[in-house]
Amino acid sequence: MNSLAEPRKWEKYFWPVLASALFLALWHYSVIWSATKVFPSPLAVEKGMAQLAGKGLLWSYIADSLRRVALGFGAAVLVGVPVGLTLGWYPTANQIVNPVLQILRPISPIAWIPVAIILFGIGDTTAVFLIFLAAFFPIVVASVDGVSNVPSMFRRAARNFGLSPLQLLVKVVFPAALPQIIIGLRIALGIAWLVVVAAEMIAVDSGLGYLVIDARNSGKRYDLVVAAMLLIGVIGLVLDLCFRRLRNFKSVRWGFRNES
Amino acid sequence: MQLSLNSFLPLSLRVRLRPIAFIAALLIAWQIAVSRSPVHILPGPSEVVGGIVDLIRHGLLLKYIVASLFRVTWGFLLAACLAIPIGLHVGWHRRAEMALNPLIQIFRPISPLAWIPIAILWLGVGDLSSIFLIFLGCFFPLLLTAINAVQNVPAVHANVARNFGLSPAAVVYRVLYPAVVPQLIVGLRITLGVAWLVVVAAEMIAVNSGLGFLIVDARNAGNRYDLVVAGMVIIGLIGLLLDLGMRSLERVKSLRWSYSED
Amino acid sequence: MAASANKLPETDAPIKLSADHVGMVFQRDGKTTQVLRDVNLQVAPGEFVCILGPSGCGKSTLLSTMAGFLSPSSGEVKIDGELVTGPSPRRIFVFQERGVFPWLTVEGNIAFGLFKLSRLERDRRIAYYVKLVGLEGFEKAYPSELSGGMKQRLEVARALAVNPDMLFLDEPFGALDSITRLTMRRELLRIWEAERNTIIFVTHDIDEAVQLADRVAVMSDRPATIQQIVTIDIPHPRDLSSPRYLELRNGIFDQLGLAHKV
Repeated sequence: MNSLAEPRKWEKYFWPVLASALFLALWHYSVIWSATKVFPSPLAVEKGMAQLAGKGLLWSYIADSLRRVALGFGAAVLVGVPVGLTLGWYPTANQIVNPVLQILRPISPIAWIPVAIILFGIGDTTAVFLIFLAAFFPIVVASVDGVSNVPSMFRRAARNFGLSPLQLLVKVVFPAALPQIIIGLRIALGIAWLVVVAAEMIAVDSGLGYLVIDARNSGKRYDLVVAAMLLIGVIGLVLDLCFRRLRNFKSVRWGFRNES
Repeated sequence: MQLSLNSFLPLSLRVRLRPIAFIAALLIAWQIAVSRSPVHILPGPSEVVGGIVDLIRHGLLLKYIVASLFRVTWGFLLAACLAIPIGLHVGWHRRAEMALNPLIQIFRPISPLAWIPIAILWLGVGDLSSIFLIFLGCFFPLLLTAINAVQNVPAVHANVARNFGLSPAAVVYRVLYPAVVPQLIVGLRITLGVAWLVVVAAEMIAVNSGLGFLIVDARNAGNRYDLVVAGMVIIGLIGLLLDLGMRSLERVKSLRWSYSED
Repeated sequence: MAASANKLPETDAPIKLSADHVGMVFQRDGKTTQVLRDVNLQVAPGEFVCILGPSGCGKSTLLSTMAGFLSPSSGEVKIDGELVTGPSPRRIFVFQERGVFPWLTVEGNIAFGLFKLSRLERDRRIAYYVKLVGLEGFEKAYPSELSGGMKQRLEVARALAVNPDMLFLDEPFGALDSITRLTMRRELLRIWEAERNTIIFVTHDIDEAVQLADRVAVMSDRPATIQQIVTIDIPHPRDLSSPRYLELRNGIFDQLGLAHKV
């Protein structure tokens, strides 16, 4: 529901550009007016970004962050989806396991850092483990919900055609739950991206999160801090957009009719 | 009736006991794994209980819980008070949504923790910093929820209201607001979970009280891993309680309908 | 009168389905509701029977019982002389078009029940039934790209493809517009005349029942039972303005206690 009629074509570009320009101008002039020596202006951030890109360090940091997310998130998908499908399929199992999941789920993955360091030492494995934890629970919950929300009519139709329980799971329950699972995966990827930055600020010495904290600690280079933040934002956005494309596959498209 | 109730009770009791038995089995497995391991760093469940008792005895537990909840409450409330009205207006005015969407999309995936240096620069080390971080962690998800909620209201509802002669302002207050409440509540519940996640992380870096600080402090000052795990358990339990509280809001009858049925 | 009407016209004819003294009691929130009471019905092979009654009277419950999705609280349902204990691919239940799987194409949906056949035989059946229900050219389309009537035909095709000897149709055309509904009735009769399955068709539309069925079982309000069975002795294609049609239709109107004027 919207207030106004269809906007014209030029407006599609005009308004975003205007708003972004206003935002940059506001930022630029507040830096000048407040005469701050520490906080960078947009131009300083742009220079800082160019400097980072020139050193080549930037690319290896981006690659490090992405690799950790890919490993942790991938492991969470491989374990979480089957676990969620099983729990959704056997309500008794879900009733038994659910309280444990509910207690473990709200523990911030960051709070696991000390334990993770003991188990895996300082390094990649710790960061990957934290991302795994962060993504695992949303994926399990979405898969359980996806299975239990499968319309009873689909199950009835499948029983009617004489499918075995395994066939029912593979041919009906999984495809019917898939759109909801994909939504859960997307949320989990967002959280994974949020956690990798935090984990890199504490537990390792490479990656975009490390860049943020390192730029501040070694010499108060706030231009680099903000540059790294913007990069984190842009990469997170790109990841999210890639994930959104998944729903354009026709066999899951039906599940997203009501979303823009 | 009385009879059937009596014969029913043992069964339901047995059903309720099963998850508890599962938890007990996990705890025993944990205890065994710890006692078997050669290096004794990680605590078993009994030591964790001892840690919690220790914390209570020193009066720290309540103090830290209150500190964490205080930050979450303020950050979350501020974000809700700002993000929901802004989001509803932006969602309603198509051009505003077009204008702000790219900015929101870039700011949203920036981990609130990446703001820590800036938060400390602007607000110093202390409560304000962590409240600011929680605010950031909640603001963007809530803003998007509110925008989507408005756009998901079927145009039919607005047309009905216009048909009955409601003024544009009345359409907004009498149709739009009630129609978005169920979606907003779901968004608020998810966001409260995020806030709880952020406060722990923020407390590990930016302040010196709270449950997140407890974890980092217990580790750094003397490797008291029983306190580390005790802190984690408390964080999990409180997060669970917050989630249950928000869920009970979802069950309020007049808010229970949603569009998912059609 | 009621007792004799529940028998088949020719008493020594073979019986495909027989429901004997079927009763159904639901318990919900501690309240007991009797939905069906002493339902008796016998259906001959290849017969087209409509079960007609007001909304919510329990027609669908009766149909689910006959198809084996529910077991009756009292009485029994037999098909081919055997007690019905569960659903079977020998008898397919057709929902309103909502039962088609949205993640499968037209072909995929029709092939759904054919997993035991060879690839060749499967392709042959798909082609045959796509043609029978007039979906040529849409083999690769997904249900979301089809109209309501096409989805309904798809569900019928999926049911027929496994060669069932009975079809249960639960208000299959209820969600369609009245023009499409008329076309669909003609299509269904054409398919039935080609395949000669036994069909039990639930509807609340008096005209629909009189146009389609060999016999119409008129149900009462809750707790529902069969009030009367009306034999429609008009050959297909039926003339909807013939005196006999109007007479039978008006008879059912009277039976349900409805007035003839609007």
